[in-house]
Amino acid sequence: MSRLVALPYRKSIQMAFQSIRVRFFRSMVTTMSLVLAVSFLTFIQAGNDIAQGLLSSGEPEYLQVLTKAGFDISEKDQTIGSSAKQQWIVFLSLLVCVVGIINAQLMSVTERFREIGTLKCLGALDRFIVRIFMLEATMQGLAGSLGGAFLGGFAALLMALIRFGLSILPHVPWAAITATMFFTLCIGTFLSLLGVLYPAILAARMRPIEAMRVEQ
Amino acid sequence: MAESKKIVRVSEVVKNFDLGKIVVEVLKGIDLEIETGKYVSIMGPSGSGKSTLFNMIGGLDKPTAGKVFIDEVDIAQLDAYELAWLRCRKIGYIFQTFNLIPVMTALENITLPMTFAGVSGDDAVERGMALLEQVGLTGRHEHRPAELSGGQQQRVAVARALANTPAIVLADEPTGNLDLTTGEDIISLLKELSVERGVTVISATHDYKMLNVSDQVVWIRDGRIDKIQNRDELEIRTGGLETA
Repeated sequence: MSRLVALPYRKSIQMAFQSIRVRFFRSMVTTMSLVLAVSFLTFIQAGNDIAQGLLSSGEPEYLQVLTKAGFDISEKDQTIGSSAKQQWIVFLSLLVCVVGIINAQLMSVTERFREIGTLKCLGALDRFIVRIFMLEATMQGLAGSLGGAFLGGFAALLMALIRFGLSILPHVPWAAITATMFFTLCIGTFLSLLGVLYPAILAARMRPIEAMRVEQ
Repeated sequence: MAESKKIVRVSEVVKNFDLGKIVVEVLKGIDLEIETGKYVSIMGPSGSGKSTLFNMIGGLDKPTAGKVFIDEVDIAQLDAYELAWLRCRKIGYIFQTFNLIPVMTALENITLPMTFAGVSGDDAVERGMALLEQVGLTGRHEHRPAELSGGQQQRVAVARALANTPAIVLADEPTGNLDLTTGEDIISLLKELSVERGVTVISATHDYKMLNVSDQVVWIRDGRIDKIQNRDELEIRTGGLETA
């Protein structure tokens, strides 16, 4: 007889989903920080994409408008680059987001010490625990990033329409914006996983004896 | 008695806790043998080392010196996978604080150890329902722990402990958080299942109600075994409790 305990992926996905659903409010808080960070990133990137689209249209009046709007246009190759300040703010927002996720996930581990200990008493391996936390983070990451990507993309488009008028619509680079949204979706999910890594390892290392601890 | 099988054997177990400046000697050399199918209570005042011994038997903690054998296997020799397998298949745990997974229904709580053991979904549900019936909770399978009373939660926990038909059920103060009658119900349920299924029940407890059903009582005092009493000796000493 094989002496291996098992946890099928379907079951772990179900467990992760249940856990998010039951702690919906807490999950929402974590997810919201991701929505904000990702939407900010998307907003900046998609804004640049649209400006680039306008610039590439070759119409001279756009060049003037864009310069007036404060875009950094490289003289050499006529591309829009994001300014150092922009990059710095984006970086900070993502950093704050990851720190927020780590904090929330650490809280969640502390809150669930008994549950984790019990799972281990029932025979769960360390990697099952890591897997459940990672799956939760992936779901939150995907949901938050998807929301953020759409929110940011939509805001960037709205902003551009308000700034430059409806006439820009034919020049909007839809493909580039979609690519940006996909890129930020990946970044957001990655950040969510990055944020849960340490808490998940901490949870997995928890000893089953913790389940026995009684304190009021 | 000598020919009956020993499911748990504790040999010269010493456990020290290193608290930095001082080392606390909690277990000072324990020898204990527990026979298959017995209902054994480990009794002792707080701080006597009762819980520590209990954790050793459950494979939750490793001794500083000495050996713990479960089914003639030295648990110190097991790696993480084998230890997980042991916890999953050989031992069922019951906790003072019930410890059901709050996000899962009663049935899911019971079937979880079966999932770990590789039982297929349908079989697990079928066995889970049978166990629920056995602990007297038919029709409550969809309820979450928060929707069940303390006694009912502990019943689910008993069913979960029996999910993989373990050889040993370890109960840590199973009645500690229950009122008198509910506690009695749980004790008689444990006894009933122990007799019916031939499973060894080892419980660490303060609860004197437990003495009524125990085949053997191990008294721990100050990190040592004070005395081991069999049921017949116990009745003489505790007299009136039997009818209580």
